[in-house]
Amino acid sequence: MNTRHFSLAQYRQEWFGNVRADTLSGLVVAMALIPEAIAFSIIAGVDPKVGLFASFSIAVIIAFVGGRPGMISAATAATAVLMTPLVAGHGLEYLLAATVLAGVIQVVFGLLKLGQLMRFVSRSVMTGFVNALAILIFMAQLPELTNVTWMTYVLVAGALAIIYLLPRVTNAVPSPLVAIIVITVLTMIFQFDVRNVGDMGELPDAFPVFHLPMVPLTLETLMIILPYSLAVAVVGLLESLMTAQLIDDLTDTRSNRNQECAGQGIANFFTGFIGGMAGCAMIGQSMINVKSGGRGRLSTFIAGMVLLILVVVLDQWVRQIPMPALVAVMIMVSIGTFSWSSIKNLKDHPRSSSVVMISVVAVVVATHNLAIGVLVGVLLSGIFFAWKIAQLFGVRSELSDDGTQRTYHVEGQLFFASVEDFNAAFDFREALEKVVIDVSRAHIWDISSVGALDMVVMKFRREGADVEIVGLNEASATIVDRLAIHDKPDALEEFMKEGH
Amino acid sequence: MDKLTAFIDSSNYAESVCDHAAWIAGQLGLSVELVHVLERQKGHHAPVDLSGSIGLGARTALLEELAELDAQNAKVAQKRGRLLLEGALERLAAEGVTDVKTRLRNGDFVEAIEDVSADSRVIVIGKRGEGADFASGHLGSNLERAVRTAKQPVFVAARAFKPIHKVLVAYDGGPSAEKAVDRVIASHILQETDATLLTVCKEGDPMAGKAEAALKRLQDAGVTATLVMRPGHAEKVIEEVAAETGADLLVMGAYGHSRIRTLVIGSTTTAVLRACKIPVFLVR
Repeated sequence: MNTRHFSLAQYRQEWFGNVRADTLSGLVVAMALIPEAIAFSIIAGVDPKVGLFASFSIAVIIAFVGGRPGMISAATAATAVLMTPLVAGHGLEYLLAATVLAGVIQVVFGLLKLGQLMRFVSRSVMTGFVNALAILIFMAQLPELTNVTWMTYVLVAGALAIIYLLPRVTNAVPSPLVAIIVITVLTMIFQFDVRNVGDMGELPDAFPVFHLPMVPLTLETLMIILPYSLAVAVVGLLESLMTAQLIDDLTDTRSNRNQECAGQGIANFFTGFIGGMAGCAMIGQSMINVKSGGRGRLSTFIAGMVLLILVVVLDQWVRQIPMPALVAVMIMVSIGTFSWSSIKNLKDHPRSSSVVMISVVAVVVATHNLAIGVLVGVLLSGIFFAWKIAQLFGVRSELSDDGTQRTYHVEGQLFFASVEDFNAAFDFREALEKVVIDVSRAHIWDISSVGALDMVVMKFRREGADVEIVGLNEASATIVDRLAIHDKPDALEEFMKEGH
Repeated sequence: MDKLTAFIDSSNYAESVCDHAAWIAGQLGLSVELVHVLERQKGHHAPVDLSGSIGLGARTALLEELAELDAQNAKVAQKRGRLLLEGALERLAAEGVTDVKTRLRNGDFVEAIEDVSADSRVIVIGKRGEGADFASGHLGSNLERAVRTAKQPVFVAARAFKPIHKVLVAYDGGPSAEKAVDRVIASHILQETDATLLTVCKEGDPMAGKAEAALKRLQDAGVTATLVMRPGHAEKVIEEVAAETGADLLVMGAYGHSRIRTLVIGSTTTAVLRACKIPVFLVR
C-alpha cells in the first residue's frame, strides 16, 4: 500500500524520467492498440470509431491520473465482450451511458479503497483470468477466420510469420507494424479478396467532440445500464490491478492501486462523453510497452496520441488495412497473454489450485464475463483454503486414575469447517463426574465454533458431568465473551426451552 | 544510546558528511548510523527491443531478462556501496568516532529518510547528491523532499567541514523558528560557540519583541548570543550576515510554508540553502 502523499518532483519524474525510451515504446504500443480497438468495437457491435476514440481517450487520460506509470489502458477485450448484449438490445447511446456510469462506479471503488480486496484474488485465479482473457481474445478472431476465402488464411499465416520471425533479424522496428504494412501493400497491389477495415464500419475522419449520451434520464435507463456498468467496472478494475501487479513485478517498482482505480474511473467517465466505449488496462500491450523500454506516463500518453493521429490523418490508408493483418496481431497478443507455463504447472501444482484455475477459465469461456469467473475462482479458493486449515485440528484426551474425570485437549483451528470434526471428537456416552476441556492450544474463530463448544458443554451437563473449560487464550476469549451462552447461569433452561 | 543518521553517496559530499557527523556526534554524545541508499537507475540500461512482439512464455521470459539485468547492476552497486561505507567508517574512526553502524538500503532516498528510526535524533545529508550538477545553482531535487519527509531535524553538510565556532540562528518568529531556538538550547550544540540571532525586519517591528525574548532565552541557557535586526529579502540578508559574522553554521526553521505557496512563490529555505556556502541545520 502506498500512503505517501503526492510529490510534484516524483510526478515529474514519472512523466519525463525516461523520455527517449517512452516515446519509442509509445509508438510501438500504438501499433498494437489499433487492432484491438477495431476488433473489439466489432465484437461489441459498434463502429471501429467508438473503440478507436475510446483507446485514445482512455490512454491519454490515464497517463495523467493513473496510479501505475507505464501501464497501457485502452478499449479492451475484457470490457467489450460484456457490452455486446447491451448494444444489441438498446444501441450505442446506452453503451456510452453505461461507460459513464462504469466510470463513476470505479471512482467510488477507488475512494472506498477497494483495491485492497485484490488480496483475495489468489495466484491461481489470476492465472485463470489471463488464460481466459487470452482465450476470449482468440475466440473474438474466429468470426474473421470462418467462412472466408483461402487467401485470408495465407495472409494471416504470412503476417504471423513476419511478426515472429522479423525480431530474429532486427529489433529496431515493430514487427506488427511491418506485418500490417506489408500485408496491406500486397493486398492493394494484388487486390486479394479479403475484408478490410473499411468494410467493418465507420472510421474516425475527425477528432472526437463532446457528445452527451442520448438516453432518457430515467430510473428505467439506470436499471438497463447498471448491471452492465457494474460488470464493466469490476472487470476493468480486476484486469487493471492485475496488470499493475504484473508491471510492478517486471519493473520492480510499486503502484498506487487506489489511485489506479479512481484513474480508470475518471478515464471511462470522460470517454463516455466523447463517444468512446469503456476500457481498462491491457496485459498484452502493457507487456509490449515494458519490453520496448517504456516505463513512464509519457509512454501511455504517446501511445494514445499516436493512435488518434494515425487513424484520423491516415484515415484513407487505415481503411485499406486487410482484416487478416489485424487478426494476426491479435493472435500474437492472445498468445503473449496466455500463461503457457500454467499448463506445464498443472502436473506439479496442488490439485486445488489447478481446479481453481481451470474453473475460472471454464466459467469465463461459458459466460464471456470475467467478473463471474473471478468470483467463482475466489469462492473456490476460499473453500479450498478453509478445507485445508480445517485439517489443522485435533483432539486428544486422557482419563484420570479414578475414572471419574476426563480431560480433553483441543488443538488447532476451530471454525465452521472444523466443527464436524470437533463434535465427533467427544464421547458423550462415557459417564463422568467431571470433564475438563483444555482449549489453550486452539484458536476459536467464529460463532460456529463457539456454538459447537457450547453444545458440547451442554451435552456433557445433561449427562451429569461438571464441565470446565480452561485456557481460553486471549484471541478466543474475546470472541467467546461476546458470543457464548454456556457461562451464563440460566443457559441450560434456555437450552431446554428451545426444545432440543 | 541515541544516534544520528548520516546519509552518504559517492558524491563529493560524502567526506564532508562524515566530518560533520563526527562533529555532531562529539557535541551531542550520539552514536552514528551511516546509511547508503542504492537507488535504482531507471530504465537506462535496458536494451532497446522495439520489435513489439510477444510470443510463447513472453511474461516469464521478460521478467527473467529484466530481473537478470537488475541483478547484475545491483551486485555491482552493492559492492560499490560496501566500499563507500567502509571508507566512511575509517574516516569516522580516524576522528575518534567508533560507535558506528552501517546500513546499505535499496530503493528511493526519500523513502529511506522516511524509514529512519525514531531513536535517531538528527539526520545528516550532503547538500547535493551524486547525480546533481555542481556548477549549476540547482539543488538536488531530493533535498527539499527529504527535508519535508524527515521527522528529525536535518543537518545539511557543506562541501567541506570547518570547525564550528560561530553560529547564525535565523529567526522569523514562526513556529519552526521557535523550535529551532529551543532545539539549540536543549541540545547544547551551541555551548562553546558564539551565536548570532538574526531577524529579518525593521526596527520597531512587532517581530523585534519576539526576537528579543528568544535572545534572552538563549542567553539564559548560557549561550553567548547577540541580536542582529536587518530589513530586506530573507535569503539575501542571511547570506550577507553569515559572511559578515564569519558564521560556520546556520540554524533555521525549515519549510514553514505550505506546499501550495511554495509551488507559487518558491521556498525561502531552498533559496537560503542555495545561497549559503556553510552547513545548515534545519528544524521543522
